Amino acid sequence: MAVMMYRQALNLALREEMRRDPNVCVIGEEVAEYEGAYRVTEGLLQEFGEKRVVDTPISEEGIAGTGIGAAMVGLRPVVEMMTVNFALLAMDQIVNHAAKLRYMSGGQIKVPLVIRAPQGAGMQLGAQHSQNLESWFMHVPGLKVVAAATPYDAKGLLKSAIRDDNPVIFLEHELLYTMKGEVPEEEYTVPLEKADIKREGKSVTIITYLRMVAVSLAAANALASEGIEAEVIDLRTLRPMDIDTLTESVRKTHRAIVVEEDWPTCGAGAEIMARLQETAFDYFDAPIIRVTSEDVPMPYSKNLERSALPDEQKVIDAVHCVLGHECRYSRRYEIEPDSEREVEEEEEEEVEQEPRLKAEE
Amino acid sequence: MPHAPCPMTLLTADSFPGDNLMEKDELIEMYRQMVLIRKFEDRAGEMYKVGKIGGFLHLYIGQEAVAVGFISALRPDDYVIGAYREHGQALARGAEPRRVMAELFGKRTGISRGKGGSMHMFDVEHNFMGGHGIVGGGMPLAAGMGFAVNYRETDQVVLCFFGDGAVNEGAFHESLNLASLWRLPVIYVCENNLYGMGTAVTRASAIPQLFRRAMCYDMEVESVDGMDLLTVREAADRAVRMARRDREPRFIEAVTYRFRGHSVADPGAYRTKEEIQEWERRDPVPKMRDYLLDEGMLTQQVLDEIDKEISRIVDDAVKFAEESPEPDHEELFENVYA
Ligand SMILES: Cc1ncc(C[n+]2csc(CCOP(=O)(O)OP(=O)(O)O)c2C)c(N)n1
Ligand SMILES: [Mg+2]
Repeated sequence: MAVMMYRQALNLALREEMRRDPNVCVIGEEVAEYEGAYRVTEGLLQEFGEKRVVDTPISEEGIAGTGIGAAMVGLRPVVEMMTVNFALLAMDQIVNHAAKLRYMSGGQIKVPLVIRAPQGAGMQLGAQHSQNLESWFMHVPGLKVVAAATPYDAKGLLKSAIRDDNPVIFLEHELLYTMKGEVPEEEYTVPLEKADIKREGKSVTIITYLRMVAVSLAAANALASEGIEAEVIDLRTLRPMDIDTLTESVRKTHRAIVVEEDWPTCGAGAEIMARLQETAFDYFDAPIIRVTSEDVPMPYSKNLERSALPDEQKVIDAVHCVLGHECRYSRRYEIEPDSEREVEEEEEEEVEQEPRLKAEE
Repeated sequence: MPHAPCPMTLLTADSFPGDNLMEKDELIEMYRQMVLIRKFEDRAGEMYKVGKIGGFLHLYIGQEAVAVGFISALRPDDYVIGAYREHGQALARGAEPRRVMAELFGKRTGISRGKGGSMHMFDVEHNFMGGHGIVGGGMPLAAGMGFAVNYRETDQVVLCFFGDGAVNEGAFHESLNLASLWRLPVIYVCENNLYGMGTAVTRASAIPQLFRRAMCYDMEVESVDGMDLLTVREAADRAVRMARRDREPRFIEAVTYRFRGHSVADPGAYRTKEEIQEWERRDPVPKMRDYLLDEGMLTQQVLDEIDKEISRIVDDAVKFAEESPEPDHEELFENVYA
């Protein structure tokens, strides 16, 4: 076993797959000479040359489409979106093309493409650079959506994604790149479509993925000191979803929370809950709670960003809620418009001012 | 040097005699603004390094003549929109240094209430319409503002800044086509600082003279030396008057250079020291200072006073930002909907 960072594990996966299959190439903004905005593609240009490691202009739609087109005729491109926020410019190619080609062609075409995209918040990058868009991709039949939570998983899952014959959206988290973990020296892959129980427990099931796995594990450790044994399940693949593993866990614990960094409305957790109520309704002793980001665009200010994001304490609080203890977790759904808010504020001020006026009199 | 600024001639014969006859006071004011941007950005860089500013910080140092030259040619009721290297543009448009610095500090007194940060400065009072972090994202918005101006039948113009990287996005082409097709009064200013992050323009654009990228949309195009304030201003005057009069878009490539990294965190290994030094010799700020001295418009003493005054303004901005309160929790939920 070697200890390495998440980004190094991804780098190794790319190297091994490029050595193994000459059809694998890497395409994206700043992936070659600059060696990747997050250094995931470090050294690849040197080892594989500019034919296989290709810098592009800032043209997300074109880049995604190039990857798809090349995959249609037999290459296995790994396209990097510098961050998932910019993949929004490529949504047409991804949704209307990559996801549809096999079906529309009656099975004649396959698109063995990986689109890697870091996402997530926590670095004060503001509203346009801090999004979690997994549910956008999860919504689309024809795509697979993978989210790696550890260096071990990052390497094994990326290798599987590259070998998969379908378009795979491979989500990474910007705050995970420097996470260290053990990665075997020998060849291995981690299968897509299979969730991973990262911690066993019988009191409650915590269903999560990507950066929230580490947050949930930390919360589970804290809860253990109170005698609460949480089972932490890392989905690893969001589409297709390993509902069996989730159902089995809930049969044992009878209580579950979902921990996710995206927004609550139509987020990944909404799908997880819907599926679970189909497969495990009778086993639940309490409604599922979702711990998510607040339902607002991400603010820049550090303290606001912190309160917008799910964290260890919120997970602990939500577990207490679902266990029927005193409940401190809450999150708003319908954010009121400023027009209504201003009226409220004015009213408050009036109430405050009145006594003062009287005192002055 | 990958390529020298292209001394292109304006493709229109229309020029306005008298453009050069700017008042002395105006020239001094433009110089003052460049010094303000330079010192402000320098200080912001320092504040970033000591952790007072978070996120990404893209400094405008080296490009001051472009913002000042163009924005000074506008009327207060014209619109300006920038990308994410926009502090300098906001300042040139009249945004209060205190509130821009407070925004960088993420404070409630910031110009976007601490919600935007470096990449999202908005100052609607001065018709500065942001601060946009998605490369090319501001270009269709500028077209939209031009559409609204025509719709309301006023004679305002829209000034849209973007980088050389943006010309490779679909939004660039869609916007230019709409602007030309509908005769929108938008001045598109491409700040060609020769790099988009670590990628030289020559490695990203099939045509490295970026003004040529706009030519097929049948609009007036021009390339100017973005390191010379007076040259920029002259081009700006021409473009603004024509856009105002003819209700047509313009495209201007201002060839310039950022003296710092892409962001403060960028190691910048893709440029040689020699190249940077060569451009630093063309620094627009001392160039304008020397011009004012040579023309006898200013004495060294007045220059020193300007220097001191600007330093005080920047010190004050930092102090204000430091002392301002953080936004409180409830503000998280404000401004989601109108
Ligand atoms: C759509 C999109 N793709 C990628 C990025 C990441 N990115 C931020 S700045 C930048 C380079 C832009 O260069 P340029 O337009 O020349 O502006 P400059 O930084 O030189 O001012 C890139 C690739 C982004 N913000 N938006
Ligand atoms: Mg540039």
